[in-house]
Amino acid sequence: MENLIYSDTLPGGKHWSLLMRRNTRLRLTDVEGGANIGMLFYNPQNLLERYNAPDTLKCQHTFKLTAGHCLYSDMGRIFCSIVSDSFGWHDTVSGNTTKAIVARKWGEKSYQAARNDWQQNGHDSFLVEGAKYGLTRRDLAANVNWFSKVAVAADGAMSLDTSAAKAGAQVELRFEMDTLVLFHTCPHPLNFANTYPRKPAQFEILEGPPAALDDPARLSAPENARGFENNRIFLAGCCGDHHQ
Amino acid sequence: MIKESTLREADAIYRHVIPAGTYWMHVVQKGQTLRLLDLEGNQAADTLFFNADDPAERYSASDTIREQGNIYLTAGTVLMSDICRPMLTITADTVGRHDTLGGACATESNTVRYALEKKSMHACRDSYLLAIAENEQYGLSKRDIGHNINFFMNVPVTPDGGLTFEDGLSAPGKYVEMTAHMNVIVLISNCPQLNNPCNAYNPTPIEALIWGEGV
Repeated sequence: MENLIYSDTLPGGKHWSLLMRRNTRLRLTDVEGGANIGMLFYNPQNLLERYNAPDTLKCQHTFKLTAGHCLYSDMGRIFCSIVSDSFGWHDTVSGNTTKAIVARKWGEKSYQAARNDWQQNGHDSFLVEGAKYGLTRRDLAANVNWFSKVAVAADGAMSLDTSAAKAGAQVELRFEMDTLVLFHTCPHPLNFANTYPRKPAQFEILEGPPAALDDPARLSAPENARGFENNRIFLAGCCGDHHQ
Repeated sequence: MIKESTLREADAIYRHVIPAGTYWMHVVQKGQTLRLLDLEGNQAADTLFFNADDPAERYSASDTIREQGNIYLTAGTVLMSDICRPMLTITADTVGRHDTLGGACATESNTVRYALEKKSMHACRDSYLLAIAENEQYGLSKRDIGHNINFFMNVPVTPDGGLTFEDGLSAPGKYVEMTAHMNVIVLISNCPQLNNPCNAYNPTPIEALIWGEGV
C-alpha cells in the first residue's frame, strides 16, 4: 500500500523544509525518545494561508493532536491528517525556544567554540527556513511540537510530561493538499533538562492511497467531513481535481 | 484571580462603547491603563495587540501562556509578544479567567464548525481584515493577524486533552484591566458569532476606558 520514496534523519537542534504533494505522506520517528519536532505548514500557492492551531483545536474540540485529527489552515482547509500515531498526545500551543530562552536555560555557546553542536533555537530555525520561501517573522504562527506531551492541570497549569517519551514512537501525516512544511528538531520550550537536549528525528516521505470515503480522519468529527469538502472545492478550482 | 481595580471611572481620559459586530482600533500609550468592560455580560472581545512603534512585533498567545506556565489569562498575566517581550500586564480582573487558545471566528472556520452555508455570516476575522484595510497607516496585512485573546470567554481543557467551550464566567459590569509596557495598537473585534454560546447567542456592546497621560 505504501511506497517509501525517501528517508533521512535530522540531528537534534537542526532545521529543514519540504514541499509535500497532495496524497504523499510524511512519517516522523522519535529515534531515541525525547525528541521534539517543531512544525509549520503553508499553502505554496498562497503563502498567506498557514497552519492555524486555534482553528485546528476548536474544530475538533481537542487540546492534544493524535490519530484521526486533521491539521487546518486559517482558510478552513486541511493541510494534512494524522493517519497513525503511536505517541498519543502532541502539543500545538507552547511555541518555540528563542535565543534568549536557550541562553537562560542552557547557557550561551558561540559557534566558534561549539561548531555544529551549537544550541540552535526553534524561533530562529523557522525564521531561516521561512526566509527560503519569502516568509518573515510576520508569517509565523503557533506551531506543532511533535512528540511533546503538554498536560494541563485543573487550574490551567501547563507542564511537559517527559515520562511520555518513547524511543521509536511514530506519527504519520497524509497531505490533503500541496503543502510547504517547515520543521526543526530544537528542544521543546518547556523542557527543563539540565543540558541542551539534542535528539534526532527520522523523517520519511512515502507514497500511499488518498483518504477513502470512510477514512477515520473524515469520520472522526462532522467538522472534518466539511473540511474535506472545502479541500475538494479548492482542488477543483486550483488543480482540476474534484474527486473525493 | 479576582482583583478589583483602584481606578475611578470619573478619572478616565477616554471612553468608547464598541457595538457588537464592529471593530475598535486604538493606540494605548506606554504607561496607560486600558479597561474592557462587559456591559451586558458574556460578550467575547477578540483582541490583538501590536507594538505601535514596530507593528511586526505582535501579541503571541504561545509565548504568553508558556512564560507564565498556565493557559488562562487573569490578573498578574504578562501579555508577551512574538519575540517574548512584555507588551502589557493584566492589573485587575473581576472575571477570573480569559481564553487565548480558541482564536477568532472566521467565515472559513465557520464553514467547518457549523455548515458550509455559514460562510456569509459576520465573523471576527472579517472585522480584523476591514480594520487593517481602513487603517493603512499601520502597514498591517493578513499575515499580521495572529492568535488573539478572547476576553470574557471560558475555554477549559479537560484532563484527557479535550477542549470545551463553557458558559462564560463574565456578567454585566465585569471587567479586565491592563497596563501597557510599550505603545500598543489595540485591535478588538467585538465578536458577532451567533452559532455558539460565546456571546450567549446575543452579541452585545463592550466599553473601552483608558487612564493615564494624554490620549
